[in-house]
Amino acid sequence: MKKNSPLAIVYITAVMLMLYLPILVVVLFSFNANTTRTAVMNFTGFSLHWYQGLFDATSGYGTQLLASVEVAFWSVLAASVLGTLGAVGMLRRPLRKSLAGRAASGALSLGEQLAMLPMMIPELILGIAFMSLFTFLKLPFGKMTLILSHITFCVPYILITVKSRLSTLDPALNEAARDLGASPLKAFFTITLPLAAPAILSGSLLAFAMSMDDFVISFFVTGAETTTLPLKVYSSVKVGVTPQVNALCTVMLGAAFLLVGLGQLISAASERRQAQTKGA
Amino acid sequence: MQSEKNRTQLAALPMSLWALLFVGMSLLYIIGLSLLSRGEGFTSQGPLSLDNYARLGSPVYVKSLLLSMRLAGLTTLICLFMGYPFAYFIAKTRPRVRTWLLILLIAPFWTNALIRIYGWKILFYANGPLNTLLMRLGLIQRPLKLLYTEMSVLVGMVYAMIPFFVLPVYSSVERIDWTMVEASRDLGASPLKAFLTVTVPMTAPGMVAGLVLTFIPSIGLFFISDLLGGSNTMLWGNLIHNELLKSHDMPFAATLSVVLLLLTGLIILLYRRMGGKAENMFF
Repeated sequence: MKKNSPLAIVYITAVMLMLYLPILVVVLFSFNANTTRTAVMNFTGFSLHWYQGLFDATSGYGTQLLASVEVAFWSVLAASVLGTLGAVGMLRRPLRKSLAGRAASGALSLGEQLAMLPMMIPELILGIAFMSLFTFLKLPFGKMTLILSHITFCVPYILITVKSRLSTLDPALNEAARDLGASPLKAFFTITLPLAAPAILSGSLLAFAMSMDDFVISFFVTGAETTTLPLKVYSSVKVGVTPQVNALCTVMLGAAFLLVGLGQLISAASERRQAQTKGA
Repeated sequence: MQSEKNRTQLAALPMSLWALLFVGMSLLYIIGLSLLSRGEGFTSQGPLSLDNYARLGSPVYVKSLLLSMRLAGLTTLICLFMGYPFAYFIAKTRPRVRTWLLILLIAPFWTNALIRIYGWKILFYANGPLNTLLMRLGLIQRPLKLLYTEMSVLVGMVYAMIPFFVLPVYSSVERIDWTMVEASRDLGASPLKAFLTVTVPMTAPGMVAGLVLTFIPSIGLFFISDLLGGSNTMLWGNLIHNELLKSHDMPFAATLSVVLLLLTGLIILLYRRMGGKAENMFF
């Protein structure tokens, strides 16, 4: 495999710059001293004005941030249980002979196919479908409906990461545990679950990010009393002159890089540890 | 052992039931809803008819569908030509640099999608940074109209979609067996020929997955055209959004969604036919 040419490096840099251009603009304007009506387009000087009261309950984004975290937390928790169990159940499919057995299998696998669907169809369709279903079921719109729909679109992220991890595991590990007298449940908790844990974690992190950032589906299933962060951002951005969202974005980006950096440090440390154990 | 495997299979039962209810039922429900007509407020009423589908023939909807398809197609095409080399070069950098490049690619996802689009809006304002820069450089005399054009919507769409193209392509480039490429070079193929006849076919699964992952969401987007296109760019998604929130016509919004659903189904079916797997759609 050949190394990249200087031209390739220039290309990577150029595309990265394009990806970060709007973000850099947002970060720059978050420090804008201009507080007049032209604050969105004219940068007049440095100030921390827009960071004041950013997470204030009344004028800032505090309440909405909390609501988003709450929805994401419960959704990801439920989705990780459903998705992990789903991945375990889908792993090995025995051949069915009886008609009833095949019918049950068919229904189960239809459900599994449907579980993957939210990742593939436009969010808008899901949003409207959830909204109509909840109206039909007469569920009150609010946190509950938000969580129900977020669980549904979080499941595929966990299902697919856990499934691909489980498929790389040696089935003999589980069989050995069973031969040595462990109950199926015990084998699951002591063998399968610990081995699948990193995949469950990475799937959950991804699902958490998706839930925190979801605007389209939440837009249709939320009630008057619950506003998540993206919903509040939309109403601010839609109206126009709201430089406070720039400060919010900068804080979020900073937090993201901090978390990712920490994650890198942790995984580098665990790799070193693994390398040491292998060496010994 | 057989019966135990059967019981293991039951672990997927909660997820299957959940999906049957919330995905299966809700999609079936909007199909049913599309056959009704608008009632008082947010309600719907019978009798069953195909009237809503007959309305789709009107020029407003045909024009909007064509515009949506054109913009989604252009978005996908730009993502392909811009994203493929990007993914390819990233996959060929040193592992340590590669990790950081991937982090840089994904990190914006942890901020808010709307704010990132808002960044473009700031850039595109009549007396925003981009116009100011172009005028200072003496390239233009008067500010260009950048915002609320089809161009600005396209930029926003490519920007939002390109990571979804890059990631699957990257993972398929990473899995390439480079000895095959070397072999073709040794046998006298030019670098371009080796790339087109060996590398590209080997990355086809990732590429096709990336195309599908870019095209499908592109036809359903509505907030990008909302923020960057104003009322000039009526995409299919904007129509659905308006029917629901301005006209309060749930059955017709459902009809428009069913059209989108059919289109999506068609693309997924085509993807399956070509041997595409759902797993490839994931990075």
